[in-house]
Amino acid sequence: MTGARTRRARAIFAAALVVLAIAVLLSLGVGARPIPPWVVWDALTAPDLTIADHSVVLTQRIPRTVIGILAGAALAVAGAVMQGLTRNPLADPGLLGINAGASVAVLAAITLLGITTPAGFVWFAFAGAATAAVLVAAIGSRGADGSNPAKLALTGAAVTAGLTSVSILILTTDIVALEVYRYWSVGALTARGLDAVAAVAGPVVVGLALAVVSIRGLDLMALGEDTARGLGHDVTRTRVVGILATVLLCGGATAIAGPIVFLGLLVPHALRAFVGDSYRDLVLIGIPLGAAVLVLADVIGRVIAPPGEVQAGIVVAFLGAPMLIALVLRRKQVTL
Amino acid sequence: MSVVEAVRTRTRTRRRWVVLALSGVLVLIAGLSLSLGDYPLSPDQVWRTLWGGGERVEAYVLFQVRAPRLAMALTAGAALGTAGALLQALLRNPLASPDLLGISGGSGVAAVFALLVLGTTGPVLTVFAFAGGLTVAVLLLFAGRGQRAGGYRLILAGIGVAFLCTAITNFLMVRAQVEQTQTALLWLTGSLSSTPWWQVVTLVLVGIASVPAVIASARWLPINQMGPATAAGLGIHPSRVQVVAVGAAVLLTAATCAFIGPVGFIALCAPAIARPLLGHGAIGVGSSAVVGATLLAAADLVAQFAIPGLQLPVGVVTGALGAVFLLWLLGTSKGRNL
Amino acid sequence: MSTDILSPRLVARGLSAGYPGRRVIEDLDLAIAPGRVTMIIGANACGKSTLLGVLARLRPPMAGTVELDGVDATTLSRRRFARAVGLLPQQPSAPEGLTVAELVSRGRHPHRGVFQRWSPEDSAIVDSALASTGMTELADRPVGDLSGGQRQRAWIAMALAQDPRILLLDEPTTFLDLSHQIEVLDLLRELNRTQGTTIVVVLHELNLAARYADELVVMSHGRVVAHGAPADVLTAEVVAEAFSLDALVMPDPLTGTPLIVPVPGGAHSAADHA
Repeated sequence: MTGARTRRARAIFAAALVVLAIAVLLSLGVGARPIPPWVVWDALTAPDLTIADHSVVLTQRIPRTVIGILAGAALAVAGAVMQGLTRNPLADPGLLGINAGASVAVLAAITLLGITTPAGFVWFAFAGAATAAVLVAAIGSRGADGSNPAKLALTGAAVTAGLTSVSILILTTDIVALEVYRYWSVGALTARGLDAVAAVAGPVVVGLALAVVSIRGLDLMALGEDTARGLGHDVTRTRVVGILATVLLCGGATAIAGPIVFLGLLVPHALRAFVGDSYRDLVLIGIPLGAAVLVLADVIGRVIAPPGEVQAGIVVAFLGAPMLIALVLRRKQVTL
Repeated sequence: MSVVEAVRTRTRTRRRWVVLALSGVLVLIAGLSLSLGDYPLSPDQVWRTLWGGGERVEAYVLFQVRAPRLAMALTAGAALGTAGALLQALLRNPLASPDLLGISGGSGVAAVFALLVLGTTGPVLTVFAFAGGLTVAVLLLFAGRGQRAGGYRLILAGIGVAFLCTAITNFLMVRAQVEQTQTALLWLTGSLSSTPWWQVVTLVLVGIASVPAVIASARWLPINQMGPATAAGLGIHPSRVQVVAVGAAVLLTAATCAFIGPVGFIALCAPAIARPLLGHGAIGVGSSAVVGATLLAAADLVAQFAIPGLQLPVGVVTGALGAVFLLWLLGTSKGRNL
Repeated sequence: MSTDILSPRLVARGLSAGYPGRRVIEDLDLAIAPGRVTMIIGANACGKSTLLGVLARLRPPMAGTVELDGVDATTLSRRRFARAVGLLPQQPSAPEGLTVAELVSRGRHPHRGVFQRWSPEDSAIVDSALASTGMTELADRPVGDLSGGQRQRAWIAMALAQDPRILLLDEPTTFLDLSHQIEVLDLLRELNRTQGTTIVVVLHELNLAARYADELVVMSHGRVVAHGAPADVLTAEVVAEAFSLDALVMPDPLTGTPLIVPVPGGAHSAADHA
């Protein structure tokens, strides 16, 4: 039986890679200025910046594609890890305010402290993500029914609203900055460049590695903390590693793409329909699938409302929110 | 004396003192609101002018500028505080508030749509905003239907809708011209400036219309709080309570949003302040109204005078203060019940 | 609340109930004896809590009717029904900080219109409920601060404040220490004896049910397998069928009611039976 499961998982992984490849191709070619694949190939292999198409590919399309891949993979994996840690299928780093925390911190760094280099403000992103994570965990686990998904979600929403208000307050004197912030605050792949990617790539990869390492722990914790301990598992270590992974992944993703909501919910849930609750599959397949989804969302955003663009984050929200609502409506009643 | 009568009298006395004290604070804030400004009025000038005396210019400043603004702050604050108290009691969660559950978001979407796509302002805008909030409420009631418990699904659906509304609003803003987005942005941050009297009167009328539903909810909700089985055993219709309480909360919130835009955190914080003052598991609908009025009026004062030379939109102030309040809730024992 | 007033009859006719896709009770008939203490016992998932839930109008039956004094209960308004039938559900929850007096006061709800003010009669009934359950001294304490037994008594006081003629209780003694269990059951028996209230209790503990019940209803797989006085109903055969347990049934040395003593190694799965 496990053989069939593994074969299935491998097949889906392969499929996800294919989808990712297609997404990347589309991302490099599609846009306000459609560029045929052979020109893309030329731009990649024999770049000549004097050709306008090449310039577009190299200076715009590649950065946003890379950002999409990195942020998408990070958020999808972070979502899976959070769902495992909180034993709550509706945990999503955007919904729970973690991304909002990162984004406010970045904003504060840029506007108040004048730190404009990604290598500099990315640390603020991590700090902000960590703070929000602690806040939500602290509030959300109090009281008798600590792991109630509604409670956790409300806590996250309250924390997000508060942090967003703080952001607006910071920007209130500067209308132009406020406009830019509003654009970025829904999640856009075009606000930062490859220098930001370079700053963030290392920590995100570390975060992904940590997530992979905690897979077995998450599968055990799904049985309940006491049961996991009874099986000889170190729950605290998995928690710490998991939270660290989440902070690195969410902080990194938000630093380059802004706070994106629902991706951490969308991807694991889509996967669950095929691979069940195995965190090994959710995390590993989440990497290519998350990347593919975000890149595709960005592509959709480019073509759906000419002549302007819709930010990738909005497209994801349009997909994710109805999915959340549908999930909620279809869930069997939980007797608390 | 009867044991229970003794307890009831004690509770009633405490409630009266709380309301009295809150009202005192409210009067103080109101007085400040009427006095301060570009044309400062001393307390006896205010008093005199209120009763018909005083100069023409004083009367103008008082009755056409400050009084309507204050009246709107008080009415809107009371409406929001009440709405928050109702929802939190119904959903048995101290964080449940109409702004977090998407009602303000729905108003925002409709208003921005009206502003940016249809290009309308004024009363038509108000109607749109109101309709937007109501639509979300109907969606939420549909999501929560048939639910025996407090509203697990309603809350989650509400949060989903709230985020979706943000996405839609931003989408609309991205597609519009820059000049128009300024107006939309201003509306979205919630502001009390230049409030005409007709808006105040309309909101008061809406408030009065909601009174029967509020009273019924205040009577039913304490029973409802004891769990679906006990409540049913005491003769409560859980679905009826849900519809009436949500209906009243939405009416008050959507109407407020329609006039002053989505002002966050008052509905969340007012009951959180009122309930511990009253103690004993009280729901505190009336007290939340008074606290809400005070909070919004105070926030408006801060918005106008905190930064010299700059008028902040009141929504920004409530948002920031609300965030701080949330942290404080967490840090103290009051957060125990979160 | 005098014993002269006859308790209404609560009757289930052809009752089928359960959850979507799963029938827990099938075609069940049961007449609750007025003015007596009836206890419903059975193994887990036999349907006893579901039955009580339908009797209390917590959920509608899929087939059949519940009748109160010959009238279909669904034709009565919820408040009317609540005035006659009180319920203490499993693990009731009260908001933080609620005092005993306030909790008990809420029991008056079915008797008060939405805009009706609190009357001296309400106070008298609440005081009496507090006195009957021995909670007068503790009236000012928060419910959450009480011991298990005291808390259950407070909830019973609330149900009493409803002034019901029939009181339904769903596993009121689970999670209580034995001494508190006895406390609660003694209270229920006394209420029945002094005020003639019909008491219907779903109980887990066989031997306590045998000791305190006037009438026992034994359920198994959604059907009533025995109904009558404990001494008549509790036999080794009934215990074996309903609980998949080989046991000795002998008279309790102190009260004479049936005492079930399990035979070592005598537990077997229900599958062995059918």
